[in-house]
Formats: sequence, structure tokens, C-alpha cells
Amino acid sequence: MNVPVIMFFACALLAVFGAVLLILAKEPIHSALALILVMAALAVLYLLLGAEFIAAVQLIVYAGAIMVLFVFVIMLLNAGVEDRTNQSLMAKYLGLPLSGFLVLDLAWWIARSTSGKAELTASAVPAQASSTIELSNLLFKQFLFPFEATSILILIAMVGAVVLARRDP
Amino acid sequence: MNGVPIFYFLILSAVLFGLGVVAFLFKRNIIAIFMSIELMLNAVNLAFVAFSRALGKLDGQVFVFFVIVVAAAEAAVGLAIAINIAHNRRTLNVEQVDLLKF
Amino acid sequence: MGFITQHPILVVSIVKVAVLLFAVLTVNAYLTWFERKLVGHIQSRIGPYFVGAHGLLQPAADGLKFLFKEDLTIPTSDRFVFCLAPLLSLTLALTTLALIPFGPATIYIFGQPTQLVVADTTLGLLMVFAITSIGVYGVALAGWSSNSKFSLLGSLRSSAQMISYEVSLTLSIVGVVLLAGSLDFRTLVEGQAGYWWHVLPRWRVFPQIVGFMCYFISAIAETNRAPFDLPEAESELVAGFHTEYSSFKFAMFFVAEYTNMITVSCLASILFLGGWLSPFPDRWTWQLYIPAVGLLVTGVALLADAAFKWNGIARVQLVVISCLALGLGVLALNPMVMPIIQGVFWLLLKVFLLIFFYVWARGTLPRFRYDQLMSFGWKLLLPVALLNLVVTAFLIVWMNR
Repeated sequence: MNVPVIMFFACALLAVFGAVLLILAKEPIHSALALILVMAALAVLYLLLGAEFIAAVQLIVYAGAIMVLFVFVIMLLNAGVEDRTNQSLMAKYLGLPLSGFLVLDLAWWIARSTSGKAELTASAVPAQASSTIELSNLLFKQFLFPFEATSILILIAMVGAVVLARRDP
Repeated sequence: MNGVPIFYFLILSAVLFGLGVVAFLFKRNIIAIFMSIELMLNAVNLAFVAFSRALGKLDGQVFVFFVIVVAAAEAAVGLAIAINIAHNRRTLNVEQVDLLKF
Repeated sequence: MGFITQHPILVVSIVKVAVLLFAVLTVNAYLTWFERKLVGHIQSRIGPYFVGAHGLLQPAADGLKFLFKEDLTIPTSDRFVFCLAPLLSLTLALTTLALIPFGPATIYIFGQPTQLVVADTTLGLLMVFAITSIGVYGVALAGWSSNSKFSLLGSLRSSAQMISYEVSLTLSIVGVVLLAGSLDFRTLVEGQAGYWWHVLPRWRVFPQIVGFMCYFISAIAETNRAPFDLPEAESELVAGFHTEYSSFKFAMFFVAEYTNMITVSCLASILFLGGWLSPFPDRWTWQLYIPAVGLLVTGVALLADAAFKWNGIARVQLVVISCLALGLGVLALNPMVMPIIQGVFWLLLKVFLLIFFYVWARGTLPRFRYDQLMSFGWKLLLPVALLNLVVTAFLIVWMNR
């Protein structure tokens, strides 16, 4: 039982706990907080995997901007307690077992394809001493066109969000 | 044995994805459904980073970067649509938004 | 002893965290004293004067007051979030300080060589911004869970202000990162060693003066301080998002705000003002004695004050404090301690200078209105930071041609 394995299990338990809390919470603001907990646990897992830049981007962009947007919208729309309806029996009696089957199926194929392959060493972090520099090399040389395309995508999304959410006086 | 096998990370990713699917099916609030989509995207991001570390290439991390950016754009537009629905139909319950026209 | 040798990193980290926490909380307390004194003198009055000599026991009195005040519980449906918000604010504010290096020296704790930083990472700068971005939640959730219109409005305005100025904060830093080529704090400071024309230190504030000003203004707005403190100003929104908080929870918000100020000033001095490097050339070895001399002079001045101006218990307090200052001064003369104290002293001096500017701005400038604030952030500060980045990148490429 060395430190990386303990850290992994702690963060994994936090992430699963947050996801279960997301499902079971009655108020949307509690679901949002649970999702932020999941994202923070995942950021620590990215640090364990040596992806420092991605961990920082996850915290800054995902947990620090996208979820703030969610929290703002929940606060502004005053989304209260959500009512549980039993309208769809099919979702309850068929959806839950089928989702469980999906997870088991994925786990089976993952187990089959990763048995006998090399293990990760998550303790010697970072393996690449300057992964940020190499990542930015890849991003700006090989993936330059997708990078520029996503910047135009963000511009379109910004304009679209402003136009859609505007209240005509 | 001095590390965490990649298997553990992928199983965690599968479990989080499954929980995201369950949340998507069972929640009735539009914003909660959006959040379950974000949970599924996060699970997939974890799988990408785990594979990138196992194979030693950084392409997985570049893809995660793009997934995060696209998720941001999608969340902005989706929440704008949710605000519109909330103003027009006065409810955030997806079961009550089932008519194309009033 | 066996535990220490088996888990050296854990024990050393715990010691460093304990020392840092103690130091930060004490500095916070005396920062409130400093602010009240300075704002008082700017407004032609004396600040705290009666509680202890020169009002120096005022923070202790305030702390006791916060502990003993009644903790009001409001009829809100969300008690968990109500208690979580100040906790989140305070924890995140204190966590950022773990990433900041206080000096270049290697010190020995329980025989283990270690650096003067709690968390030694290569991506320190990015992690600081990551933790600061989550700090918005403390403000947003505080207003939401207070179940009051003033609080909700104040928290929405305050968090919108914080996320707007975060963008220009990060952009004004990118020029510095371009010049230094690394995100590691140590490299960022070491890149500022040396002198231009043998007399001007190579601090990055000189080529990046626009970046520094953008950073400082964004930092004042980010920490919700005057002149950008509309969301928590008392005449505007009845203290905004922390209206409904009393006693210790309010103290947590208070401490979080001051710790944010300290963190941002530490960042500014590391990135722009040369960090732990001294402005004098290294050949002038007399500069090694400056911390010790400063402490000794302070001690002697306080003793003189006690002897001639104060009576009774104030005299006793001043004698105690001056003995403390003299003791620290003598300790700083110890040749083992002297190289360690140098870096810490210069960094703390620069941080103190920036906090002086913070408090000066609070005492002098009138408040921004909210729409002026937002348009200033998005329409003026962000384009200037972007322009700074573009010009810096251009000049770097042109000079390396």
C-alpha cells in the first residue's frame, strides 16, 4: 500500500461519492456542488497521472468558470426543489439495470484489453519534466488548425449565448 | 510495484460514465441534466489522460484540452436555452416542456 | 524519533504548514491594525489607540470579540451551504500561500534539507490561479444561502466582478511568463537577477510596467477592495454577501479577504519586483546586515517610546515588544541564520510596500459604481492587457531574430 494507490483510492471514492450525490440531491445547487467535488477529485487524479497542465486547466476552466456559470444560472432562475415524478416506469425498471450492464460491459472489455500490459508508474511525477512545453509544442504546431477552429467556436458560442439569453425590453 | 495500474483509472472512468447516464435518465430538472452531461464528459477526459500516460504520448492531453473548451461552449449555449425555456414555460421540469407550440 | 526518520517528508511538511499558518494568521491580525492606523492617519485622526500601547492589542481584542459574539442562525433552508461558504473562502485563501516560495535558501528541519516553500511544484503560477478561480464559490454560495435579497444581489455582483477581473489578471501575467519562459516561481525570480548598466536591477517591472499596472488594478478588483468594493460597501448594499454572517463566520470572510491581499501582493513581488532578490548589488556585503539592523533600531525606538511617553501597563507592553524585536535582531546577526533571513526579508519588504499601496488606495479613492466597474474591466483593462501581451510577444520574436 504505497502513497499513490492510497491517493488514488481516496480521490476515486470522493469522485464516486460526488457523482452519487449528484443523482440523489434534491436541490440543483447541491448537485452543482457535488459536481464541483467530482471535478476537484479528478484534477487531483490528473496530477497523479502527471498531467499538471490539464489539472490546472480543469480547475481554472471547468471548475472555475463553467460550473460558476451553472451556479449563476441556478441562482438567477431560482431553481428550487425539484419534484420527483414517477411518470416513466420504463426508466426506473429498465434504465437502472441497463446502465449497470453498460458499466459492467465497459469494465469487462477494459479488463480484457489491459491485462498483461505495462503498468503506470504514478509515483514518479512528472515523468516528462516539462510536459507543458511539449504539450504547447503539439498544440501550436500539429494541432494548430483545431486550436484556431475552437477559438472561432468559442466566439460563436459567446455571441449565441448573449443573443439567446437577451430579454427583449 | 510502484504505481497505480491503468486498469483502475479506466474502471473509475467507466463507473463515472455510468453514473452520468443514470443521472441523465432520472433527473427532471434541465440544469441537472446538463450537469450529468458534464459528468460524462469528465469521465471521458479521465480515460483520455490515463491512456495518454500509458502510451507515453501527449495527444490524449491535447484532446482533453479541446474537450474542455467545447464543453465550455456547449454549456454556455445550453444554459442560454435553459434560461429561455424557464422564462417562456415558467418551469424547469422537462416533463412539462413537451409541446412544440403552446 | 522513529516516526520522523521513517516519514521525513510528511513530518517536514507538517512543520512547515504549522509555521506558515501561524505566521499568516498573525500577519493577518496585524494587517487589520495597520490598515486601521493608516486609514485613520489619512483621514486626519489616530486609529486604534487605547487597547494596548499604540493600539497594538486591538487585533487580539477583535479576535476575542468575534469568538464571543452570538452566532446568529437565520431561517434559511440551506444550512449546509451557509456554513460551507466562509469555510471554502478561508481554506482556499490559505491554500494559495502554500505554493509561494519565500526565499532561495535551503533550511534544515529535523536534519532534512528542504526549501522555504510548502509545496514545491514546477507549475506553481498556474496552480495559484487554479485555486483563486475556485475562490469565487465562497462569495456566490454565501449570498445564495443567506436567503436575503441584499445578500443575493451583493454576491452576484461580487462574483461577476471577480470572474471578470480574473481574465485580465491572468492575461497581464502572460507577458512575464513569456519573458521568463517558465511557470516555476524559482525560475521567475532567478530570471530577474543581474543589473542593467550596473545600477538598475533587472526586475521585470521595468520592461513590463503596463503589465504590472494592469495586474495590480485587477488584483485590487479581484480581492474586492476599495475602490472596487461596491458589493461589500456598507452604504450600498448593507455589506453585501456577508450581511447575514455574524461572529466567527464573518471573521472567516474577513481573514480570507486579507489573506487574498497578501497572496496577490506576494505574487506581484515575485513576478514583477524581483521576489527575494535585493535591489543592491551583491558586492555590497554590508547589505547582509540590513534585517538585523532594522530590527535592532525598531527595538531601541520602542524602548525610547516606552521610557519617555507611556506609563503603566502600556509601558510594560512596549518593553516586552521591544525586547522581542531586539532578540530577533540579535538572532538575525547569527551567521547561520543570516543567509536564510535575507531572501525572506526582501520579499516581505516588497509585500509590505504593496499592501501599503492597497491601504493607501482604500483611504484615498472614491468607489466605482457597478456599471463603471464592469465596463472598466472589460472595455479598458482587458484590451490593454491583450495589447501588452501582443507587443511583448512581438518584441521577443523581433529581438531573437
